Amino acid sequence: MNSLIYTTATRIIVPVTLVLAVIVLLRGHNDPGGGFIGGLLAALAVAILEKARGVDAARAWLRVEPLTIAGAGLVAAIAAGLWGALEHGMFLTGVWPFYGPNAAGVNEGVPAGSILLFDLGVFLVVVGGVSGILFTLEEAGVPAEQPDDEEDS
Amino acid sequence: MILVWPIVIPMLTAALLLLLPNRFAAQRAVALVSSVVLLGAGLLLLARVLGEGPIAAQLGGWAAPFGITLVADILSAAMVVITGIIAVAVSIYAYGELEGADEANGHHALTQALLTGVCGAFLTGDIFNLYVWFEVMLIASFGLLVVGGGRAQIDGAVKYVGLNLIATLAFLSGIGLLYGTTGTLNMADLAGKLDGRQEEMAVLISAALLLFAFGAKAGMFPAFFWLPASYHTPSITSAALFSALLTKVGVYALIRTFTLVYDVDVPAVQTVLIWGAVLTMVVGVLGAAAQSSVRRILSWHIISQIGYMILGLAIYTPLALVGAIFYLFHHIVVKANLFLIAGVIKRLTGSEDLYKIGGLWKAKPWLGVLFLIPALSLAGIPPLSGFWAKLLVIQASLEAEGWLLAFFALAVGLLTVFSMSKIWLEAFWKPHPDGDDAVNGHVPWSMYLPIIALAAITIFIGLFAGMFVDAAITSADQILNPDAYINAVLGGS
Repeated sequence: MNSLIYTTATRIIVPVTLVLAVIVLLRGHNDPGGGFIGGLLAALAVAILEKARGVDAARAWLRVEPLTIAGAGLVAAIAAGLWGALEHGMFLTGVWPFYGPNAAGVNEGVPAGSILLFDLGVFLVVVGGVSGILFTLEEAGVPAEQPDDEEDS
Repeated sequence: MILVWPIVIPMLTAALLLLLPNRFAAQRAVALVSSVVLLGAGLLLLARVLGEGPIAAQLGGWAAPFGITLVADILSAAMVVITGIIAVAVSIYAYGELEGADEANGHHALTQALLTGVCGAFLTGDIFNLYVWFEVMLIASFGLLVVGGGRAQIDGAVKYVGLNLIATLAFLSGIGLLYGTTGTLNMADLAGKLDGRQEEMAVLISAALLLFAFGAKAGMFPAFFWLPASYHTPSITSAALFSALLTKVGVYALIRTFTLVYDVDVPAVQTVLIWGAVLTMVVGVLGAAAQSSVRRILSWHIISQIGYMILGLAIYTPLALVGAIFYLFHHIVVKANLFLIAGVIKRLTGSEDLYKIGGLWKAKPWLGVLFLIPALSLAGIPPLSGFWAKLLVIQASLEAEGWLLAFFALAVGLLTVFSMSKIWLEAFWKPHPDGDDAVNGHVPWSMYLPIIALAAITIFIGLFAGMFVDAAITSADQILNPDAYINAVLGGS
């Protein structure tokens, strides 16, 4: 796309969207939000960038293949499940290493643990998956007309 | 944890394969190792279940019926084992068969994702999670259909996905009705909640929707036409995997829900199941008779054979259920093997069209023997595994005084012999139309190895049928008296 206004605006929109994506991811621990919706926001940032500067620039900006990101996310999510299995004997049980009751019996600390890792995994799967689909569609472009294309159904 | 491994192993492998893009040798090796590990995990699970009876696990420690429940009885565990066997077979076959496009587009990762969905569907104790695993399977199989990237592949995939999405929608609607009526989706919990309410309208409608959904997945009449429209298009490796597992997950879901959640012996349900099964058998075998390409014939025969399994469920006597379960296992091995052989035939002669090929008996007589083992087993010739499977189902229909059902089962068996002898006569017996030198394709050992192994399993099941029938009897007993299953899920934790 050749719009100066759009291209310039992406310089602000992309970082803001990415920060928002992370906020939504973290907020999802106890409130509406989470890895899936955060991942979609991050993928939106990638899409805006791709529309402004093209697929090659977007790939270069990501540095890693989209499907590799998705694979890493899947590994992270499974690792979160196995972490619960190691700690509490059952797959997907929540583990909070920095959070728990203090001497007075009140919970305190940072509630970051296996659940955040799982959500991060979902986040990466969504970013990788959606960007991968977007890049593939952009690169495929409009299919060339086949000369003997029979028009059935 | 033993229940979690058959799902986690292929899922983790799929993720690892995504991290190895374009390193095909490494991908093949990882996929093969993981399939062997999956088979091992399945065997451990089966040994445990045979020893202790049904076992259950609540993921995350949330008690049933609220949490995610995994549960295995003999049927589920044995299905996981046979999934592992097929996974190993196709992973080896992939070494010989796959070419550039399939692997570059992620064949191995998608195969592992498909195995994740299949094992998940076998092990879940919750009907909504069953839906989720069906979706995983659907997406992965859609991917496997299109990785070849050709025009025929896309055409087959669109038909496949079209009908399967409708089935999925019916499945979800049925689940919604069930949840609205009972307030639970845990299958063990549903068994208790629906006690005495089987003939309520909402329950019957949800049963009808689920029957349609699972029937479509299983390739049951009249929602079978996605199957012959798509199974001849992907790589042989994927087609063999599909033919072995996809429809059988539908049959498994039918057996599970229509014994545990719904009662088959509600007259409306039983009538639909029985005549659905008979029509599936007959239409499948007649459809096969009209085909002239190896894989198309085999695809239609899947439908016909599915009819026998559903007939076993529909008659709903202990013996009939034993027959259905035995049939399920025998058929997975035999059908996967026939598809793998179709791949070898295609390699050797250059085509799958029976009118363009021939001369295989003269060129490769032992391939003929390898073909005859699963082909005669499919047709039900003693002492191969298919004979016992058909015998059990027919004996059950005679005991239930379903003379007409027994007649159809026998007649369809006869027509199956006709189709198999058609492949035999055209591909093996008659000379190749381009002269006998035309049988010159190169087939690596990695393609023969799984065929030999699966043929050996078919013979083994046939010769030691007593052992397998005993296991099927125990399994049918668990299914007809689900107290141990329900206690494993709801009691204890």
